[in-house]
Amino acid sequence: MLAQQFVSGIVIGGVYALIAMGLTLVYGVLRILHVAHAAVYATGAYVGLITFQRTDNLWLGLAAAAVFCGLFGVMIHRFVYGPLLDQPRIVPLIASIGLFIFSQDFLRLLFGPYAMSFPASVPFGLLELGDAVIPGRQVFILAVTAVLLALTWYVVGRTRLGLAWTAVSQDAETAVAMGVNVPRVVAFNFLFGSSIAAIAGILVGMHYNSVYPAMGEMPAYKMLAVVVLGGLGSVPGTVVAAFLLGLVETLLVGFAGFVLPRDAIAFVALIAILLLRPEGLFGRSDA
Amino acid sequence: MAIPAYYVTVGIVTGIYIILALSLNIITGFAGQPNLGHAAFFGIGAYTLAILTTQFGMSFWLALLAAAVASGAVGSILGLISLRVREDFLAITTIGINFVVVSIFLYHPFFGQAFGIGGIPAPSLFGVAFGRTGFLALVAAAVLLVVWVSRRIEGSWFGLALESLREDEAAAEAAGIDTRRFKVIAFTLGTALAGLAGGIYASFMTFISPGDFTFPLSITILCMAVVGGLGTIRGPVAGAVILSLAPEIFRFVMDYRLLVYGGLLVLMMRVQPTGLLGRDSVLVRRWQRLIAHRRRPLSAS
Repeated sequence: MLAQQFVSGIVIGGVYALIAMGLTLVYGVLRILHVAHAAVYATGAYVGLITFQRTDNLWLGLAAAAVFCGLFGVMIHRFVYGPLLDQPRIVPLIASIGLFIFSQDFLRLLFGPYAMSFPASVPFGLLELGDAVIPGRQVFILAVTAVLLALTWYVVGRTRLGLAWTAVSQDAETAVAMGVNVPRVVAFNFLFGSSIAAIAGILVGMHYNSVYPAMGEMPAYKMLAVVVLGGLGSVPGTVVAAFLLGLVETLLVGFAGFVLPRDAIAFVALIAILLLRPEGLFGRSDA
Repeated sequence: MAIPAYYVTVGIVTGIYIILALSLNIITGFAGQPNLGHAAFFGIGAYTLAILTTQFGMSFWLALLAAAVASGAVGSILGLISLRVREDFLAITTIGINFVVVSIFLYHPFFGQAFGIGGIPAPSLFGVAFGRTGFLALVAAAVLLVVWVSRRIEGSWFGLALESLREDEAAAEAAGIDTRRFKVIAFTLGTALAGLAGGIYASFMTFISPGDFTFPLSITILCMAVVGGLGTIRGPVAGAVILSLAPEIFRFVMDYRLLVYGGLLVLMMRVQPTGLLGRDSVLVRRWQRLIAHRRRPLSAS
């Protein structure tokens, strides 16, 4: 039973990591809390589901969602954040929340308020690991998550674009002086982070076998907690924080009968961290 | 005095929104501190009054005072937090507070969980229980109180200190202004007034549940203040009136409410971040130019 809960926590944590990655990438270069990222994630789930329903091909669904949402992300930057960068920081944040609410309601009007099931079958069977029996779907989710996290690690840590991202996030002015093409880095940032969030949306839709308009609501704010916990703009920190939150939530709710509902844990942790260690669990103290 | 009940109800609801928008304005408009969890304080006020009147038999008026005090007390804690956590992080902290407060209402049996609290009595004065019209008068009095408080702040040293805090905190501190104290006072005052609105709301509805105080309401309140124009008094009042009447007049908007609010927030931020009637907004400048034009011939002659 413990092992089972543990696996479930890892699955949730992995998905959190995928969603929060886009936020960390955006925060790193723009210093914007990208709440509307969760709208991208919910949209991804819908695009994936609709494509899957039409074609009966899960891979096509994943690809369509990644492409569509990647472009969605780039548009968000081009038309909403880009022109607001010289305003006080609260202005793009309010715009982001507005965009999130708008998109969420748009999904509701387009697809109806009810949850749709995601009846995809996966190319994996039951996996038995010690006492834990992992259903094929969870194996699939874990595998996709692992591949995407590895891809992120490679892109951020091993490519020229990743290097440029790191340079901009550490010191934008110096990066510009050194000839880094900042607009290209930012555009890539939104493209990459949004595609990954879209796939995360599909994975969550499969995990709970439901896709609904408000599915982005909790992640929208919970992922901010993960990003803050991870030390704001730190990619490895975000991954660790995401797994930590996934595990803590699952284990506390599964066993202790914790005094707070599941979704409040992230916020209590967030407030505590902001008060006690504003640079995040894994952040540098100068961040 | 036979105003149809429907208009009275719309008037009461609009009045409550005006109080909420103006009380948020003290925090976000005057002091420049983000608060995206204002609905939580509205909720704390409502639950305080509901519990005190239904479970402890306290009179409405005393409970209303307690509602404002309880909400202001929690608000002052948020004020203390704002000394350490700033700008957009303060914004997400306030979102977090909204979620935590609502989940406490939803989870703890003391607050009635998902069933909420019902049977909240109406206030009475000289032995006569308030009807709809009485509530309208009560709300109108509360609106006047909040407008009065806001005007007092605007013209006082406190208001000037808040303005300097909003424009440039470091410079304000360098000029010897105790920004810490003023921040806490602004949060306490703004949230106490939201608690007052909550108390009136609870009594008017006679039944409250956690769903009445969730994050979308915080966004609605923010939207009203932002659309009208943060930092002024006319702005949030106009925003609250427009946005609470619009869905009543254009019934078809009802179903698209969040779509409209979200779109409005994005549009306002892109086009006119200071709001329709805010400082140096296009509308206000036009109006001032118009007045200036009319006056010129007089002064020339």
